[in-house]
Amino acid sequence: MSAEPIVRARDIRIWYGTTRGPVKAVDGVSFSVGKAEILGLVGESGSGKSTLGRGLLGLLPDGAAMDGELTFEGVDLLAATPKQRFAYRGTHLGMIFQEPLTRLNPLMRISEHFSETLKTHEPSISKAEIERRSLEVLRVMGIPPSRFSSYPHEFSGGMRQRLMIALALVLRPAFVVADEPTTALDVLVEAQIIKILHDLRNSFDTSLLLITHNLGIIAEACDRVAVMYAGQIVEIGAVDKVFADPQHPYTRELLRSTISLSTTALHSIPGAPPDLVDPPTGCAFHPRCPDALAICAVTRPIAYARDGGAPRSGSTDVACWVASAKSGTVTLTPAEAAPLPREELADADEA
Amino acid sequence: MPTKPDDILAIRDLEVHFEQSGSSLSRLLGRPSGTVKAVDGINITLQRGEVLGLVGESGSGKTTLGRAILGLVPATSGTITYTPPAGEGVDIATLKGATLRSMRQRLQMVFQDPSAALNPSMTLETAIGHPLVIHKVASGEELRQRVIASLERVGLSPAEQFLSKYPSDLSGGQKQRAVMARAIIVGPELVVADEPVSMLDMSVRAKVLQLMLDLKRDLGLTYVYVTHDLATAKFFCDRVAIMYLGKIVEIGPSDEIFADPKHPYTKSLLKAIPDPDPSKAIPRDLPRGEIPDAARPPKGCSFHPRCPMARNDCGWEPRDLKSLVEEHWTTTDLATFEREHELVGHLVELNTSAGEVVVEPHRGKGSPDDVWAMFSAIKDARPDEPLWRGVTSMEKTPAGVKFVFAPSSPVNLRASGASEVACVLYPSAP
Ligand SMILES: Nc1ncnc2c1ncn2[C@@H]1O[C@H](COP(=O)(O)OP(=O)(O)OP(=O)(O)O)[C@@H](O)[C@H]1O
Ligand SMILES: Nc1ncnc2c1ncn2[C@@H]1O[C@H](COP(=O)(O)OP(=O)(O)O)[C@@H](O)[C@H]1O
Ligand code: SF4
Ligand code: SF4
Ligand SMILES: [Mg+2]
Ligand SMILES: [Mg+2]
Repeated sequence: MSAEPIVRARDIRIWYGTTRGPVKAVDGVSFSVGKAEILGLVGESGSGKSTLGRGLLGLLPDGAAMDGELTFEGVDLLAATPKQRFAYRGTHLGMIFQEPLTRLNPLMRISEHFSETLKTHEPSISKAEIERRSLEVLRVMGIPPSRFSSYPHEFSGGMRQRLMIALALVLRPAFVVADEPTTALDVLVEAQIIKILHDLRNSFDTSLLLITHNLGIIAEACDRVAVMYAGQIVEIGAVDKVFADPQHPYTRELLRSTISLSTTALHSIPGAPPDLVDPPTGCAFHPRCPDALAICAVTRPIAYARDGGAPRSGSTDVACWVASAKSGTVTLTPAEAAPLPREELADADEA
Repeated sequence: MPTKPDDILAIRDLEVHFEQSGSSLSRLLGRPSGTVKAVDGINITLQRGEVLGLVGESGSGKTTLGRAILGLVPATSGTITYTPPAGEGVDIATLKGATLRSMRQRLQMVFQDPSAALNPSMTLETAIGHPLVIHKVASGEELRQRVIASLERVGLSPAEQFLSKYPSDLSGGQKQRAVMARAIIVGPELVVADEPVSMLDMSVRAKVLQLMLDLKRDLGLTYVYVTHDLATAKFFCDRVAIMYLGKIVEIGPSDEIFADPKHPYTKSLLKAIPDPDPSKAIPRDLPRGEIPDAARPPKGCSFHPRCPMARNDCGWEPRDLKSLVEEHWTTTDLATFEREHELVGHLVELNTSAGEVVVEPHRGKGSPDDVWAMFSAIKDARPDEPLWRGVTSMEKTPAGVKFVFAPSSPVNLRASGASEVACVLYPSAP
């Protein structure tokens, strides 16, 4: 992994305009992705993962607004014109979606899908070159070259997802966002696809943002993980460090409530994620946090690096008052550090 | 077969088949034609108060089996005997009309997608009280009180606040609670829960599973828990049946299945679950491929094309040889692929389950010697492929290369330890 990140995001904010007011789907997110690195993005539904992933690629729907700083290999993406952005998509930035079948045209052969994708970006490409480049990617995905002229329906669900990955990779993008790429697949096929994604850095030198709600997938496929809650990254760092010794209470509670083969008792986080039109003051997690202090309800926590000082790329960054006090990066007054009185939660808020 | 008094359900030789049309439109959309044996000879006895897990990948027949238990899909053959706490057993598979509908008060179902299960234009009061109205059990103030009690029971309290809400006002977990409220309001004995938590977030799953455990304890329910998630099944179920292409391949107490999985498919499933512990590395020896087309199941043991343990008698057939060649083509260089593809074409002659087959040079391009050389090279490069165990001979003929496949042994569920396993390797020789 080289020191210079491929993607650098600073203080990204994304809103959706609604009749109820703006939905703050991404609320001040900063991170970077290194060359050939796999960054996992995990969080409950509605935490803003897909919005962030689409925002990075300039694929937000109408009615969404985005600001902050976003550079790709040093180029300012937010200042780019729509035309420049389109040129970047595919050749530099790629996207893999959850539902492969809805993205493939049932009336077009696989070869035609590849030809269309390649010609859009390289209009003068020859037929032989299309075939050579397509078959090379398909092979890495484990799709027999003899199936190049088949139609999408002639493939199984897992094969279609491999096709989608191949289509995203045929232009050799340096950075790919994969949004829940295995959610629609069965366990065994999911494991096959995760292995392919995990090996992408070797086969294609690609950096990946892997969005999932499955902590197991993060552990198996990713180098670093960013944990999202209510539009914010609350903890980011190397997967083994974050999972073995989570600093943020939300990360810790999320790991505890995950049901795995070693689960012997059920655990859950009280309450439900907040409404992003009107998120809680201070730390957005405070109404549900078992560790909350008085300051948490008032002031938003300042992110710090696990090894001390301000967060920087590659370190474990945490945004939590208790964690920063423990690390010694802040000193709280006794009033600030008083335990936050807990409001009784109604059963109904429990799910 | 006689049933014991504490058996609530006895399923015997159950088959549920679907005929699929072979229109060109459905072919274009990828729907296979022919008969799909969604449930293909299932035997299960369910004890009162037990939680039985039906586990398998999609298309294994779990949902169809669950629906058949409630008489929601007609059985092609076999019996499903439901025995009430006091009374005679009845065969649900032969019930019709009003008798079947009245049986639904005893047997209820909870579906995977709570949003689809609730009518968006009905308030919770109407939706949850609906079964009582249908079965003419309650009306007026009694109906309202029972709806309130049911809402409170599933944790949607204070219930008065929820009566006038619509599904769109609820979170995913709250919707699944509402669906549970509707299921229990008629006082069922058995609830078939089809993937009740798979569409919910991790942090909500635990809450809904806890609710289901509380309801079981308080109301004395028996559950059939349908899932593709082995981790929740391990925690939630007393007994687990692993399904593959319409059949049970392994069934036994959860403790036994998870501590000592026997069927190669069960073992693969367990190995493939992504584990949140990063020290557990990604498994490198995953079974290849996917669940095959249910309208054309593999010969012998359905799992054989993917099974790393397969023997000579597991059902090897020409189709498997085609898969091997295609896999070989994903690893050869482009020039080799083009030469070999030119030589043998798409290998359509291998789309069969026949005991022997001859591969000829395609459209006269090349000679039987070329075909022989190609297959010899593949075999030399992959001598450990389980397929070769099932090829009893490969010989050159004047027309091409002839392959003869070993006959398959029957695979039936047989006792092995505390479980029953459908695999030629079990019970293992003493
Ligand atoms: N109404 C139907 N008509 C035709 N085929 C059907 C029908 N219902 C199910 N099938 C077929 O029966 C087989 C088993 O389906 P079933 O839905 O029971 O599996 P499952 O294990 O529940 O899968 P999933 O997890 O995807 O729901 C599949 O091949 C399916 O396509
Ligand atoms: N097109 C949209 N219009 C309005 N709100 C939206 C839209 N898409 C997403 N949201 C809202 O944005 C928040 C984050 O959503 P999303 O990015 O989809 O999260 P995730 O992928 O983690 O489920 C949620 O509150 C969601 O309801
Ligand atoms: S800042 Fe306070 S409320 Fe937020 S996670 Fe940390 S301790 Fe909990
Ligand atoms: S019978 Fe057993 S060994 Fe043979 S293919 Fe099936 S699972 Fe594998
Ligand atoms: Mg999403
Ligand atoms: Mg199903």
